[in-house]
Amino acid sequence: MLKKLKEKFVEIDGDLRLEERSNEIYGVTAVFETPDSVIEAAKKVEDYGYAKWDVNTPFPIHGMDDAMKLKPTKLGYATFTFGTIGALSALAMIAYMSGFDYKNIIGGKPFFALPPSIPITFELTILLAALFTIIFTLVVFNKLPKINHPLMETEYMRRVSSEAFGIFISAEDKKFNPDEVIGMLKSLGSNSVNLVYKFATDEDKIKTPIFKPAFLGILAGTAVLTAIITYVVLNYAIYTVPFDWMTNQPKLNPQKMSTLFADGFGMRTPVEGTVARGFKPYESYGKPDSLIRIISNPMPFTKEVFELGKKKYDTYCSPCHGNYGKGDSRLNGQFPNPPTLHSDKVRNWKDANIYHIIVNGQNIMPSYAKQINENERWAIVHYIRALQRSQNALDSDIPVDGNKK
Amino acid sequence: MKKLPGKFGTIAALLLVAGVVLIALGFFADKQRAFFNYIIMYSFIVSIAVGSLGIVALEFMTDAQWSTPFRRISEFLSFGIPFLLLLAIPIVFGIHDLYHWSHKEAVEADPILQGKAPYLDEGFFIIRLFAMIVLWLIFYILIIRNSEKQDETKDYKLLTRNVKISIGFAPVLMISLTITAIDLIMSLEPHWFSTIFGVYYFAGSAVAALSAMVFLSVSLKENGYLASELTDKQFHSMSTLLFGMNVFWAYIAFSQFLLIWYADIPEETFWLEHRMHGSWGVVSLALLFIHFVIPFLILLPGRMKENRLTLKTMAIWLLFAHFLDLYWLVMPNLNKESAFFSWNEIGSLLFIAGFFMLVFKFKADRTNLTPIGDPKIEQAIGLHLHPDISID
Ligand code: HEC
Repeated sequence: MLKKLKEKFVEIDGDLRLEERSNEIYGVTAVFETPDSVIEAAKKVEDYGYAKWDVNTPFPIHGMDDAMKLKPTKLGYATFTFGTIGALSALAMIAYMSGFDYKNIIGGKPFFALPPSIPITFELTILLAALFTIIFTLVVFNKLPKINHPLMETEYMRRVSSEAFGIFISAEDKKFNPDEVIGMLKSLGSNSVNLVYKFATDEDKIKTPIFKPAFLGILAGTAVLTAIITYVVLNYAIYTVPFDWMTNQPKLNPQKMSTLFADGFGMRTPVEGTVARGFKPYESYGKPDSLIRIISNPMPFTKEVFELGKKKYDTYCSPCHGNYGKGDSRLNGQFPNPPTLHSDKVRNWKDANIYHIIVNGQNIMPSYAKQINENERWAIVHYIRALQRSQNALDSDIPVDGNKK
Repeated sequence: MKKLPGKFGTIAALLLVAGVVLIALGFFADKQRAFFNYIIMYSFIVSIAVGSLGIVALEFMTDAQWSTPFRRISEFLSFGIPFLLLLAIPIVFGIHDLYHWSHKEAVEADPILQGKAPYLDEGFFIIRLFAMIVLWLIFYILIIRNSEKQDETKDYKLLTRNVKISIGFAPVLMISLTITAIDLIMSLEPHWFSTIFGVYYFAGSAVAALSAMVFLSVSLKENGYLASELTDKQFHSMSTLLFGMNVFWAYIAFSQFLLIWYADIPEETFWLEHRMHGSWGVVSLALLFIHFVIPFLILLPGRMKENRLTLKTMAIWLLFAHFLDLYWLVMPNLNKESAFFSWNEIGSLLFIAGFFMLVFKFKADRTNLTPIGDPKIEQAIGLHLHPDISID
């Protein structure tokens, strides 16, 4: 096992390394002991006119930008752009959700207003500015998911990421000459100057460990396992009582007992002689239809009324009578099919007769007085009349223009 | 050490005298108006004097090095604290003109005021007014004496002692500024209350005190003082601090607004109601832009934080913004209908400028402009390196 593992590594300078190196020089590294000396050295390197070089330190050093003559970073622009995108998308999201998609009245406030949107906008601005700047830099500058770099796995990198300060000069620099560079760095006071070689395989062809099946498999396995554990724990191990203080409060419920009243009923019978709001009593209630005294449909025949009638008909009547009143029930015989509403009998009825049936029901058809209020009943009557006319159209109903065709 | 020119003192004295004359005229013209104006001015002076002591304490508490070279600027400004004892006296005589709750017959007819009567009591009010000043004065003397003594003795222990005193000062500062804000400003409208009010005033004070510090730093640097002590890096850091504090102010101001807006309870909204309509509405909107939006956008880019001209302008701008903020808090209590602005305000502004210039000059003539005895100064000047490594 150990032998197999060892085969994967190569020995360079007495160290075990993952990747084999070639003979081609990648650059020169030099280690300095103090921040002062590395700043001084950086100034000199800059003066010598090298262009492709860098400084590696375990923490940011004040004044390094000046020493290396770096231009002010442009990262701020990226952050600003991401922040602006965050702010705008937050506002757009809230405006769409609370202004259009899911309007909810909260304390009589406008559906969309600026004040309550500010906190969310603020959070999203920060979130996007921070998160996307990091992702952006990781991908663009660090070339994630690639995690190999010739400077990795060297003694140099081990030191400058913990206790020392280093300068690296790339072989790609136009002025690069190994002996000259080594001599210069030594003269600047470094006592550890080394050559770094390129990888033996082409850098781009090195498979990044992130994409290795074993790694991906472990990742997916962990995700599935975590999900299962979470599900089991939350649903079985630590089951909590649902938050139901709103439903279980001391109040009167219909059809429920209540200790508040002497008779133990939660529901009250209305005081004699009173009517519920919006419900005018129908004087022929429970009486034969010969006693109907209403002469005509009081609702005007407008588009709104027609649409109301259609809506209520489709909800309450169509399950039995069918969408067009033909008696072709959607209930498919589970309930006796009602007769068609297009019979001569119903067509010759007065509007009030249909109204009467909605309120009283007829034989096995129950009353719909409780579900449908007065105006809606009349609107349904209008709609049934329209249905009847549509199924029994006369020649004269067809527009004259259409006749000519 | 180079001394400030004598001309500086003359100008300061002239400003002060002009301010006093205008304020005095104000008292002859309309006593009540002048007292309201006086409250603005007094709160502003507290903001800078006490706020500056807060900045000094902040440096000790956080053991900061970068600000040591110009710590004296804030120390000098906090010399305004002893004079508060004098400046507070007129308020005692203005209580009846200023505070509705000080009228016995008003309290008797008003159950809400009766409930608040034990706190909003004339005698207790005056005690609190002066007790706060005495508190500040004690800490002023403790901190500044140690700091100045160190110039000669170079004793390291004075520094550690100041760190401890400053830590003690932090809660005192917060509570005392809250009490000041509630007493002087919030109780102008005794029916209204906001639990965040103290923080609001504190945030504004921090912005004002930092602005004063930034303005003086840039001006001194431009005139050849603190030449090696102040670098671009320092300007960058101090303006970042100013920028951050200003965002904090906006955060607090908005928090107060949002909660009132959301809860929509009449006993809270009426305070904002008249501030949001008519000419007060214009002032409120102006405050939003002058205090927050414009400085935010200008100071946001990194390079702007090192640009001396921008810094100087924004510092003065924010000082004015704090004045406007106090004006917006105080004046609508006098006249709810419409905003007004006249030479009374100019008088206070002149007085404030002259007062702090004189205070600064007086201290600058007698004390080093940099705390040369502070062990942190050597590391701070020409600050390049990580503090822990640079000690050889
Ligand atoms: C539960 C199924 C059902 C629903 C829902 C229903 N009906 Fe009926 N309806 C019937 C049946 C069954 C009859 C036949 C009753 C009988 O035997 O006389 C009937 C009869 C009628 C008649 C008389 C027809 C005739 O020829 O005697 C009218 C008019 C009518 N319904 C209208 C309505 C309207 C309007 C609605 C909607 C409010 C409605 N119905 C909802 C089942 C239903």
